[in-house]
Amino acid sequence: MNIPAEYLLILSAVLFFIGVFGFFTRRNLVSLLISTEMMLNAVDINFAVFNAYCHPGHLEGYIFSLFGIGVAAAETAVAIAIIINVYRNFHSIHIKRLKNLKY
Amino acid sequence: MDINLIIFASLAFVMIVAALFAVTSSRIMRATTELLFVLFGTAGLYFMLHYTFLGAAQITVYAGGIVVMFIFVVLLIGKGSVDVTQTSLRRYLAGTAVALTGMVAAIYLINTTDFQAVNFTGDGVEMKELGMTLMGTGKYDFILPFEVMSVLLLACTVGAIMIARKK
Repeated sequence: MNIPAEYLLILSAVLFFIGVFGFFTRRNLVSLLISTEMMLNAVDINFAVFNAYCHPGHLEGYIFSLFGIGVAAAETAVAIAIIINVYRNFHSIHIKRLKNLKY
Repeated sequence: MDINLIIFASLAFVMIVAALFAVTSSRIMRATTELLFVLFGTAGLYFMLHYTFLGAAQITVYAGGIVVMFIFVVLLIGKGSVDVTQTSLRRYLAGTAVALTGMVAAIYLINTTDFQAVNFTGDGVEMKELGMTLMGTGKYDFILPFEVMSVLLLACTVGAIMIARKK
């Protein structure tokens, strides 16, 4: 494979900052969670790429990436439970309704 | 032209376009589907790096678990899930400025840093080696993080049930 490592890292940086953009502009809990997933995913790509290109004999980045996927799953499960609870109490998941924790 | 470069370029194109749609689409169901494309593209990148188990885990956990949970919550919430209110122009500009600044800085840093990357060998990781590393107790082995991970997953299951439970 002749792809330079920089291409993969730039792709992951672009994905990360698209996630940041979504986190700034979206006003909806599920959309915010989607942006967060995208950022976590970009970070996982970085770990795998650094492991493959800089330390091919080792497994640290690979396993960190694997654990990152697991942590993302746990985080999504809890976040979705919170969103369902918010919807049950406020009848909306728009961020405008959640003012009690704002400041 | 190298076939790998063509595959990478098409994967990157699909991922970036899908990511842009996922953060700008006004319907959440559509945004979730676009997120699914981004995650599949990431799995494709892992396969290109010959990290097949990682790609399989990515498809199973992300595409099979997380996206299904997203679709579940979107369908459960229904009408409230449509982004009816538009964000203000000011916030839009702020988001664009922050994202562009960060992106330019990151790309500049990536281009100017010498990574001392050795040549990509293309050797995958053998399943036996991976299992031995995950379960081993010696130096550079990962039994303790693995167990912490299992406790974390158990705690998150209990916590999610506790939070979402009807009183």
